[in-house]
Amino acid sequence: MANRISDETIEYVGILAKLELSDSEKEAAKADMEKMLDYIDTLNELDTTGIEPMSHVFDVSNVFREDIVTNGDDREEMLANAPQHTEDSFKVPRTIG
Amino acid sequence: MTKQYETVIGLEVHIELATKTKIFCGCSTEFGGAPNTHTCPVCTGMPGSLPVLNKQVVEYAMALGLAANCKITQVCKFDRKNYFYPDNPQNYQISQLYLPIARDGYVEIETGTGKKKVRIHEMHMEEDAGKLIHDEWDDTSMVDYNRSGVPLVEIVSEPDMRSADEVIAYLEKLRMIAQYLGVSDCKLQEGSMRADVNLSVREAGTEEFGTRTEMKNLNSFKAIAHAIEGERERQIELLEAGKEVVQETRRWDDNKEHSYAMRSKEDAQDYRYFPEPDLVPIVISDEWIAQVKARQPELRTEKLERYKKEFDIPQYDAEIITESKKMADLFEATTEICGKPKKVANWLMVETFRLMKDHGMEAEDLTFSPANLAKLIDLVDAGTINSSVAKKVFEKVFAEDVDPEKYVEENGLKMVNDEGALRETIEKVIEANPQAVADYKGGKEKALGALMGQTMRAMKGKANPGIVSQMLREMLQE
Amino acid sequence: MGILDLTALELGQKIQKKEISVREAAEAALERAQAAEPVINSYVTLDPEGALSQADEIQRKIDAGELTGPLAGVPVAVKDNMCIRGQLTTCSSKILSNFKPVYTAQAVINMKNAGAVILGKTNMDEFAMGSTTETSYYGPTKNPHNTAHVPGGSSGGSCAAVAAQECFGALGSDTGGSIRQPSSFCGVVGMKPTYGTVSRYGLVAYGSSLDQIGPITKDVSDCAAFLEVLASHDPKDSTSIRREDCRFMEALADDVKGMKIGIPRDYMGEGLDGEVKKAVMDAAKVLEEKGAVVEEFDLGLVKYAIPAYYTIASAEASSNLERFDGVKYGYRTAEYEDLHNMYKKTRSEGFGAEVKRRIMLGSFVLSSGYYDAYYLKALRVKALIKKAFDSAFEKYDMILGPAAPTTAPELGSSLSDPLKMYLGDIYTISVNLAGLPGMSVPVGKDSKGLPIGMQLIGNVFQEKKLLRAAYTYECATEKQFERPAHLSGEDGQGTDGAGQSETAKEAHQA
Repeated sequence: MANRISDETIEYVGILAKLELSDSEKEAAKADMEKMLDYIDTLNELDTTGIEPMSHVFDVSNVFREDIVTNGDDREEMLANAPQHTEDSFKVPRTIG
Repeated sequence: MTKQYETVIGLEVHIELATKTKIFCGCSTEFGGAPNTHTCPVCTGMPGSLPVLNKQVVEYAMALGLAANCKITQVCKFDRKNYFYPDNPQNYQISQLYLPIARDGYVEIETGTGKKKVRIHEMHMEEDAGKLIHDEWDDTSMVDYNRSGVPLVEIVSEPDMRSADEVIAYLEKLRMIAQYLGVSDCKLQEGSMRADVNLSVREAGTEEFGTRTEMKNLNSFKAIAHAIEGERERQIELLEAGKEVVQETRRWDDNKEHSYAMRSKEDAQDYRYFPEPDLVPIVISDEWIAQVKARQPELRTEKLERYKKEFDIPQYDAEIITESKKMADLFEATTEICGKPKKVANWLMVETFRLMKDHGMEAEDLTFSPANLAKLIDLVDAGTINSSVAKKVFEKVFAEDVDPEKYVEENGLKMVNDEGALRETIEKVIEANPQAVADYKGGKEKALGALMGQTMRAMKGKANPGIVSQMLREMLQE
Repeated sequence: MGILDLTALELGQKIQKKEISVREAAEAALERAQAAEPVINSYVTLDPEGALSQADEIQRKIDAGELTGPLAGVPVAVKDNMCIRGQLTTCSSKILSNFKPVYTAQAVINMKNAGAVILGKTNMDEFAMGSTTETSYYGPTKNPHNTAHVPGGSSGGSCAAVAAQECFGALGSDTGGSIRQPSSFCGVVGMKPTYGTVSRYGLVAYGSSLDQIGPITKDVSDCAAFLEVLASHDPKDSTSIRREDCRFMEALADDVKGMKIGIPRDYMGEGLDGEVKKAVMDAAKVLEEKGAVVEEFDLGLVKYAIPAYYTIASAEASSNLERFDGVKYGYRTAEYEDLHNMYKKTRSEGFGAEVKRRIMLGSFVLSSGYYDAYYLKALRVKALIKKAFDSAFEKYDMILGPAAPTTAPELGSSLSDPLKMYLGDIYTISVNLAGLPGMSVPVGKDSKGLPIGMQLIGNVFQEKKLLRAAYTYECATEKQFERPAHLSGEDGQGTDGAGQSETAKEAHQA
């Protein structure tokens, strides 16, 4: 049952999560994840055949909005939060080479 | 090149829905607008903001599903698709993977090689991304979230198409359906209809599919046709050279007529879909489906049949007019006012199409009102203007939707029916053209045409040709 | 009795009667906070200027008769994961260290509409991930009852601020116990309402299907008053529920006759501290003496709640925290080669260790090939846990147990072993999985003088039953809010410098 997390897996998850871990952090992450996954594996002691996965606790459905325009006017304040921006847009490192 | 290859194509078509507001917030979907002015905390991914689903999106998606013969998923949910990119403010897109709104449908297409069904695998609702504008000078890109959160329906076909012709016919069919339903204007240039092409080739006669590639960034029918040709050739060349096709996403550059692999080490293509916890399920009752069905406007085939019966216009005319919903709407509205279907059809099929072609416009871009076209037709019928003047007036109606009655009045374009003035002019023409007069009298009917032309010119085109012809004959008899 | 010793409702009443002005109340709390902060560190942002101008505005409305509610003029604190327009909202993270929202959370709007004065934003575990408030980028908060101990978490700042009388009540958020456990550690009353009762709009999400905002107060009556204000149906939150009856103060009756209370044997066994167990059982006896029927039963599945929770919460968190990328707001790394390098460096530098740990785990359990085995399995277990509660509530009006296995641990003793820290959430976590209401009520102290909390868990929408039982307990024991010993003005036994000058000032006022 013991989970083993490879260097490749940590590297791969880092790409998915956009986290760059130092070597020591990687080792710690491996150990943490192995421990947690072992722990999570205890869920397999439970027979859940035929049980629907429950994403929402309540049986609420069909919550809608009507199609009515309510444009805001917060561009300036919103852009003020951006690390880099022009007068009307967010600025990021070039996306296509 | 000895072997014969078959191209196998499946399409992922994105159609932007014509709602007033975005899928999860009240921001306007209007095209254009200064960057980041149609935004709010929800569509810019501000921390703590939450999505609330636009009901109209669900109804439009249902309408599309029903029109494409799909089964509606009566308990459907949204999922998060996780990937980092700056045009995607939350770094996840709210989409549908596990329970999409519609499944298992088909549309019928017709090409030179006949009719066939293209099966629809599924349709799902999702949000559009923002726009990136690249700055050449300082190696940055600008992000505009005006499009972020605009509702899309993605239509995923089965790999049922075998040629660019079929692909175009399929797209045109989808576009027509969407336009007829009024759920989208499907303008390729504005990106309100986009297609990703999944293509593989296989030796003719084999059952198994080859490895497919996905091509993105196709924003015109022409680009799609080029990309299909280009990718087919690229894959055949690889196979002929004994190499393998790699399953990948490629970006089509229509200027260079070449596609590029969009590979990146940072692009794991593992979207970690899971049910969107911020939205509750959509439960669609039989009654709701029935309501949407009942509201479904008449689609093209029904309209075509009705036009032939109700308006007694030829099959050919009916086909051309019903090719676009906008044209059909114009036809019906104008006919309703003037009651002359055949004449309305002629104006639409001849002059309107000519001007659209001259201006590079689509039917959706037409702005003139049925009332003004109807007036114009009435003016001609009443003999107030002649047909060549009418064509000139129509250009004004087409461009500026002018009121033809006023325009004719203000510009003095009315036909001259005054016999006194005409008689004077005709006398002069007869006097000045003894040869033609002699020819006519000698039995050459054609010479009358020359005299007519002279008279019309002298009257600056405003004379009533019927009256001119009649008077000429009478006066030549004298 | 000084202003600071009043409960929120008592203060509100005196303000209505013009015995105390709103400004006086705000100034008293601000002075206490300024004195206590160097040691306690409850607040990330204290906003004296803003608070005083709010106070004057609210006073004007009270004088004009526009604000007559019981909380009008009461100074409160807000956990720093709730947005307030134009005010720093950091989630105690470096990555949001400079973020000023362009909108205000609905829960905060509700408080403001009721006339509450917002004093500032309180410290928390980074993005609410932690049980000690030690993962904050702004340093740990200390437990006012003993500053060598943690206040619990993640709403540690809010609970400590209420305990240290740096405010008259506070808002917290609870994803796996983040209101109830620190309330228990700090000797205050804290409630996590039924999921969907309080709008999440403007609450920076951790685990969206589990997060819920709730009140942290000095006593049960204040808790009811705060909840009455906080609860509202919000069309901006699709998971917000339209509830029929939100008049929670009506539940404050000294009467539990015939109420059936179940104590899960699986909550009282191994791992539970003896002193905590005794205090909780004594509290149960008090309710029994007041006429409740108390019995033990087997709830079941208790040990599976933690692994199910960490799978679901981490998965949702990994997605919720993707938006922190150095593009739209917050921190961006100073130097980077390209887009993806910018993302990675920004996030690696901007997030702390515990947050990164959960993002990594969450990304993994959702990744291709593992989704079914981990994520869906956890959602199935969640369904089983909900069922176990459903059958318990067929027999009982509520469940009674401890809020945490121990009293507050010492600072620095928890983070080294995350799994052990997670085990501390064992009694609170399943309540979030099942969407139930739960509250922590102080029931005494251990031999070290650290508070102990009893947890009451109700069926969905049964907050009123919890409030009634808790109120009855308070009446029976004549329990009142107990300020930490060293903050006391009368006994003069200040244990550290923080409260000293403040205490003196207050003695003069009194």
